[in-house]
Amino acid sequence: MPFNGIGHEIVRDMARLEGREALKKLRESIQAERQGTKKKLVSLCSGSGCAGYGTAKVHQALIDELAQQNMHNDVEIKLTGCHGFCEKGPIMVIHPEGIFYPQVKEGHIPQIIEKSIKNGEVISSLIFKDPSTKKKIIHEQDIPFYQLQQRIIFGNNGMIDPTSIEDYLAVGGYSALEKALFDMSPEEIIDQVKRSGLRGRGGGGFPTGTKWETCRRHDGKKYVICNADEGDPGAYMDRSLLEGNPHSVLEGMIIGAMAIGSHEGYVYVRHEYPLAVKNLIISLEKAEERGLLGKNILGSGFDFDIHMSRGGGAFVCGESTALMASLEGKSGRPRAKYIHTVERGFRQSPSNLNNVETWANVPVIINKGADWYASIGTERSKGTKIFSLVGKVANTGLVEVPMGTSLRTIIYDIGGGIPKKKKFKAVQTGGPSGGCIPERFLDLGVDFDELTEVGSMMGSGGMIVMDQDTCMVDVARYFLDFLKEESCGQCTPCREGIKQMFEILTDISQGHGREGDIELLEELGAMIQGFSLCGLGTSAPNPVLTTIRYFRGEYEAHIEDKKCPAGVCKPLFHYEIDREACNGCHLCALKCPEEAIAGEKKKPHRLDQDKCIKCGICYDACKFDAIVVK
Amino acid sequence: MNNLDPLNHDTGLEEGMERMKHTVEIDWQQIDTIIERYNGDHEALLMIMQDISDLYNYLPPEIIPLLVERLGVKESLVYSVATFYKSISLEPRGKHIVNVCIGTACHVRGADKIMDALQGKLHINEGQTTDDFLFTLQAVRCVGCCASGPVIMVNKETHGGLDRTSVVKIIDRYRENAF
Repeated sequence: MPFNGIGHEIVRDMARLEGREALKKLRESIQAERQGTKKKLVSLCSGSGCAGYGTAKVHQALIDELAQQNMHNDVEIKLTGCHGFCEKGPIMVIHPEGIFYPQVKEGHIPQIIEKSIKNGEVISSLIFKDPSTKKKIIHEQDIPFYQLQQRIIFGNNGMIDPTSIEDYLAVGGYSALEKALFDMSPEEIIDQVKRSGLRGRGGGGFPTGTKWETCRRHDGKKYVICNADEGDPGAYMDRSLLEGNPHSVLEGMIIGAMAIGSHEGYVYVRHEYPLAVKNLIISLEKAEERGLLGKNILGSGFDFDIHMSRGGGAFVCGESTALMASLEGKSGRPRAKYIHTVERGFRQSPSNLNNVETWANVPVIINKGADWYASIGTERSKGTKIFSLVGKVANTGLVEVPMGTSLRTIIYDIGGGIPKKKKFKAVQTGGPSGGCIPERFLDLGVDFDELTEVGSMMGSGGMIVMDQDTCMVDVARYFLDFLKEESCGQCTPCREGIKQMFEILTDISQGHGREGDIELLEELGAMIQGFSLCGLGTSAPNPVLTTIRYFRGEYEAHIEDKKCPAGVCKPLFHYEIDREACNGCHLCALKCPEEAIAGEKKKPHRLDQDKCIKCGICYDACKFDAIVVK
Repeated sequence: MNNLDPLNHDTGLEEGMERMKHTVEIDWQQIDTIIERYNGDHEALLMIMQDISDLYNYLPPEIIPLLVERLGVKESLVYSVATFYKSISLEPRGKHIVNVCIGTACHVRGADKIMDALQGKLHINEGQTTDDFLFTLQAVRCVGCCASGPVIMVNKETHGGLDRTSVVKIIDRYRENAF
């Protein structure tokens, strides 16, 4: 007698769902129960970003204070996944009013309970203040950061507790699966995905429907794999999706498996993402309990199991053949792809691999239809893309926008521009395989093809903003240092070539650059691109080649003038105090760890070059731009 | 405060003596449970090694012969996997593994300064372990908390929005709680 109006606990105790009617009834009962409740709901972001800022302490303080006031039965606390506005974490939203409190601290809890929870009042000192207009904003959806986004994939993150399958069902979860299982043939599913124009979100941008179709054509046991080995430094949308809305990924995989004709799937997730691993394990168990995974899913006769495998911290395992080798319990070394993995991949069987965000797009396409989906985006890149907007930008976080949105909109209108009145220099997209895009391309609409056109790439969606204090030679060197460590070492162009490029860049950044170095880097880059075995090698020179292309002057300053204009490469610059600008506030002298700065208060200070270690503390501390890079 | 001040030395002779005594008592029963958890599946080799590492903070090499026998794999494969992936170490590591994120977002926000401060505080270089086996300092390529960079991860806890001063205080807190 399970489906009648019913309390939470009874719903949770229920067994597997044997058909589509049972699923519908369960969903309706959960929704009815939630609409009928008079309880206040406090949703608190516990994604990894907010957790780093102290969600656990805020959560505990809230529980303690509610218990003390004997209110613990009147308020429901929901620990949700990432809301995206990670810069302002920990984030709290009070429902039903929808009051949005950023940067909540333990000390705020008593007044939040007193005013907002008991009386629904807004605490003006705690709500969000738009830094550009100084306007105070109460609701999440009115904040410019959210207003310009279209969050079709990521929007549910703030609504659901990722460990609760009921929460996912309440927002319509698994309705796409139901539709696929009972109303669609595998061919129809593939047709929808093809017509939607969905392209792989992991970086390659390969048409997803075409991949599925090819894999379906091959005989034998087939595997469906989710690549959650998000290795691009600076990108964390897959982490946040898997942590915050794991069932959406599982639902996409089950639909995909049905279309392809597979009965066994794997999620390969990074070991460095413990919360994602935990939430994934819980979700797999819950889905199985409900009969949404395993034998005879929803009584449809379709069987599908998903296993989890943890990666071990190797960037190259994001490459499909390396990932499959790793799944087999070996070292993750890629192989040449004369034969594609859709024909022969994991365990020598046809294997269809897509990334986390791609899978999460599938239920949306099935629910809303290919035409609706294809109406979003540009000519050849459809739908939305989640970007991780990080680095030197005011509002860091995860941003979901339609394909084709300009870099300027993302960085300035959503991201709030560059902090501390600094000057924009470049935006790096595509991770270590991508490139640096200069200011003159800011009006470029971001999609797979446009980014490739200017020498970068979409990658998995990392967008790292760089300002005047970022040295482009150092950035290029940074990426090569990364790739040199992550090269699996099988092929010579990648293993030796990257190392040689790295050493040339190190020389340049140390002041030992020689005439002809730039040309040598270009020549080496072309060789590595042309002759490496896998994608890691063929794209490795991109960060160097794009910085040479757009910031050649900075390379020349390092090589010819022995100067680092950004003040990063230590042997190539020094700090000076601008005596005109210095008003003698003495802050720099107090902060200097080497006691290299001295001077009387209210009089221009002096910097002793012999003592200075160029740590940059004074440069960061000065509010009057009196410390200058020379 | 100068974090590089040699007087602020955190390790000493006594701890040095401790280090020489550092061996782990292997609980073979527990190792067996871990292997059983994966049904002795050779494809789960990496995960089995990760679970063992969670117990001892490294993979004690004396366990390798057992893995060879129980999983039916070659010893060379075990070493190949153990040395290929960064999450496995065959050298003993400290109680707290301090992973400094040096992903791109943290890099442009000053991860190198965090690493400097930690090396000064702990008096070890990246990749090394303090003599008292309390801390191992490692660099990690992005932990996916890019918005709150610079970030460090101590064991499985993440600390974000750091600077030279705050990161040193975090180490102090772990040290205080260790005894």
